[in-house]
Amino acid sequence: MTKRIHVSTELNGDAVDFLCDPRETLLDCLRDHLGAMGAKEGCGTGDCGACSVTLDGRLVCSCLVLGVEAEGKQIGTVEGMADGESLHPLQRKFIEHAALQCGICTPGILVAAKNLLERNPDPSETEVRYWLAGNLCRCTGYDKIVRAVMDAATEMREAS
Amino acid sequence: MNYHTPETFEDAAAIAARAAGTTRFLAGGTDVLVQLRSDLVTPDDLIDIKHIPAAKAITRTGDGGWRIGAAVSGAEMTENAALCADWPGLVEGMDLIGSTQVQGRATLVGNLCNGSPAADGVPGLIAAGCTVTVIGPKGSREVAVEEIPAGPGKTSLAKGEVITGVTIPARGQHGGDAYLRFIPRTEMDIAVVGCAVNLRLDGDTVTEARVVLGAVAPTVRLVPEAGEAILGTTLEAAALDRLAEAASAACQPIDDKRGTIEFRTHVAGVLARRAAKIAHARAKGGTA
Repeated sequence: MTKRIHVSTELNGDAVDFLCDPRETLLDCLRDHLGAMGAKEGCGTGDCGACSVTLDGRLVCSCLVLGVEAEGKQIGTVEGMADGESLHPLQRKFIEHAALQCGICTPGILVAAKNLLERNPDPSETEVRYWLAGNLCRCTGYDKIVRAVMDAATEMREAS
Repeated sequence: MNYHTPETFEDAAAIAARAAGTTRFLAGGTDVLVQLRSDLVTPDDLIDIKHIPAAKAITRTGDGGWRIGAAVSGAEMTENAALCADWPGLVEGMDLIGSTQVQGRATLVGNLCNGSPAADGVPGLIAAGCTVTVIGPKGSREVAVEEIPAGPGKTSLAKGEVITGVTIPARGQHGGDAYLRFIPRTEMDIAVVGCAVNLRLDGDTVTEARVVLGAVAPTVRLVPEAGEAILGTTLEAAALDRLAEAASAACQPIDDKRGTIEFRTHVAGVLARRAAKIAHARAKGGTA
């Protein structure tokens, strides 16, 4: 049995800490130790993007990060997107455009799309499609997702 | 599994040198964690090099070249406009690897040390004439990148040795590089053939050329004959024919459902022509 390691980190702006085996992924730590069930395990090999989170503002697959690597970092997940009862514009637009069906990929896509719009508030459709190429969705065919992201971007630009 | 966070490369190498079992260095983790989770490799000692300050840095060298630390991610390279302007081919190879998420973690040195013949980051490094700094029990040495790959999944590094970073030479005047790969789709795939070309011009005439192929041999392969085929030429049709012929002649590819031997051999020549033309245009100041 490997000795467990104490990790202090920040989840959506709140200081949190947990104990984990060094082999545990950040995804497992989020779900099993911190109760943050937004990030989903799809493939577990970094191919599907369902576990997307940000680590110090950088979009990553949390299945390809160890929990111990989160020490002293800031983690952003889908749980941090809404402001209380008020949904993030991306979340509202996903509902309006019916950009989700089963919903497994949605938290990862929302986190990825939010990260894109923070870097590039006015992306082209091609830029959206390439940015989200690492987020697989087997339901929607992507078109509604791309339209929802473009629409949210427009609304966020007008509001700012 | 013991998780280590050394703060110097000397300490990282020392931990690896005295480790009795399986050891892995952890930078971006996009290969190591996949192997760990699929039970292909279960390290007894995992040495995270991201706490070493120099590992995360992109810096200019005194002679106008570049130094890329071993833990610098692909995204950090792509976001460095001056690096992209100097070495667009080298950066575009790295940038082709995986998704946005993978780019946030994956590193150039990790791509090299994973030892894949299809590594998209490596041909551009070899074409540019890059070296890596290796620290180990016997001290430090500077090694040409082409001497690191030793076969699929294998490198020439000895136990206790770690690569601290890549040194890219100064771009200098009238130079250009390019990397192209063939994949059966548009994104998120592994090269069936890859080709990097780096050249320098005097007017329109090629005075230096390095051509490197990926995914067509047990290692990424520098092809001196292909570079020689375009020396002293302006990439006229006959020179490009000789380039393609030399590139195809250097292929010893695998034969699988993603690309037959015949297909990979042919495409290596096609990509060499196209990459040479792009590198030529860039050397002339174009942004192709």
